[in-house]
Amino acid sequence: MKCEMCHLREATVHLTEVINNKVAKLSLCEECAKQKGEEMQSHFGLTDLLSSLMDFGSVTDERGIQTESTVQCPVCKMTYQDFQKHGKLGCSKCYDAFDKELSALLKKIHGADKHTGKIPFMGKQLVKDQETLQRLKKELQMLVRSEQFEKAVIMRDRIKELEKKLNVE
Amino acid sequence: MNSIDDMMGKHSVWLSGEGPKAHIVISTRIRLARNLEGHCFFHRADDKQRDATLEKLFKGVKKCARFKDGLFLLVKDVAEVDRAFLVERHLMSREHEAEPAHKGLVISKDESVSVMLNEEDHLRIQGIKSGLDIVDTWKMVDDLDTELSQYLPFAYSSKFGYLTSCPTNTGTGLRASVMLHLPALEMTDQIENVYDAVSKLGLTIRGFYGEGSETTGNFFQISNQVSLGHSETDILDNLERVINKVVAKEEDTRTFLMHNKKSEIADNIFRSYGTLKSARIITSREAIKLLSSVRLGVDLGVVKDVNKSLLNEILLVTQPGHLQKNGGQELTPYERDIKRADMIREKLGEK
Repeated sequence: MKCEMCHLREATVHLTEVINNKVAKLSLCEECAKQKGEEMQSHFGLTDLLSSLMDFGSVTDERGIQTESTVQCPVCKMTYQDFQKHGKLGCSKCYDAFDKELSALLKKIHGADKHTGKIPFMGKQLVKDQETLQRLKKELQMLVRSEQFEKAVIMRDRIKELEKKLNVE
Repeated sequence: MNSIDDMMGKHSVWLSGEGPKAHIVISTRIRLARNLEGHCFFHRADDKQRDATLEKLFKGVKKCARFKDGLFLLVKDVAEVDRAFLVERHLMSREHEAEPAHKGLVISKDESVSVMLNEEDHLRIQGIKSGLDIVDTWKMVDDLDTELSQYLPFAYSSKFGYLTSCPTNTGTGLRASVMLHLPALEMTDQIENVYDAVSKLGLTIRGFYGEGSETTGNFFQISNQVSLGHSETDILDNLERVINKVVAKEEDTRTFLMHNKKSEIADNIFRSYGTLKSARIITSREAIKLLSSVRLGVDLGVVKDVNKSLLNEILLVTQPGHLQKNGGQELTPYERDIKRADMIREKLGEK
């Protein structure tokens, strides 16, 4: 059988892909398969995502015993198993329900599990101090990098003040 | 702007052929994924919930100054040809077009920003500009996002950031994509190196329309893959640095080729130009490939009697949706290939 991508070399690798719930089978030569593999990786890091889902489906408890995660989102009723199957969360509350599992997964995908970017405008409520603190620290770094030291000093004082306030609370 | 038909005579802004590094960078596109707090994500909601969410989203988006005189569409009410037309103009994703029920699309009058409603996430806010213009494109999208967040409560946690349906978008919800034309790197088999380098830096590289497997006509799209743990500015900064390196490499290689293989390059370019001016039947794929070659000719000063904005226009209007929209009827692929060839000859001033 010839490779279905290049139609030149002999097919030695047989791939099964699931796209929109449809199963597609593909027979490829080694070279095209390698290419396809890289492509799948670049496509949303799919293979990466899937393998990490496997890893983090179970939770290790205090005694060090691995158990299947049985948590369920109280709002949309999605279970962690559902999520593993579909790769998509059901609602924003799933992030709270699967907090532990997701932290591990997000680390695997993004190399981090903590947001450091933009904060939305939420009604009249102003940004929480904790979040401000993080933003200011980042800005301080940028100022130092661009050698704007005078501004950096002011920024450093603001950070100190805020830290003091947070510690008191 | 009252209808999709009004867009017909206009160029897409991102194809103007202007902006920084426009000889190599076609366009810069940035999108943000956002969801409404208290509403199930699209795939988890039932039809009734989906419609309720859509209504709320439309209400919020309508308040934005940016969409004054904009176009508000229910995707299911848009004819199939028009949907293809919008996808080709990069105003809507293929996924959004393929299953149009309960989905909305809002486009600003100048087509530079658009919002898909009820896509994988409730909102996909997108901005697009010609050339390598990351800072301005980000400002456009950032401002719109800030305005929208005053009318619509976004799902957000201080730990994970913006909460998205797929964990690959969690955090900033940001994906920036830069489309490049890299014929010299492709010709000299250096694209592989770009693939390697880019993937090591948390970025990905894909083909012309960001989907499907193959790249067409030396057009590549580089985008960030990581959306959490780095601020928007850091993500964009990293992307811009890498793009600038790739651009410099392409420039060097072009110079090298002109120095060492001028006749071969010119021969190839003029053969492509000749085919475009003479062909009677031409597929979209072949047209893109040949246009890429002539585009290189213009950039290198080899081809002097055609400009890049015309090539960009041809690139767009010869795609299936645009061809059919222009002809006012659906065409079979074979009919399209004939019509495409006719149109290219006409645009290039050949009979």
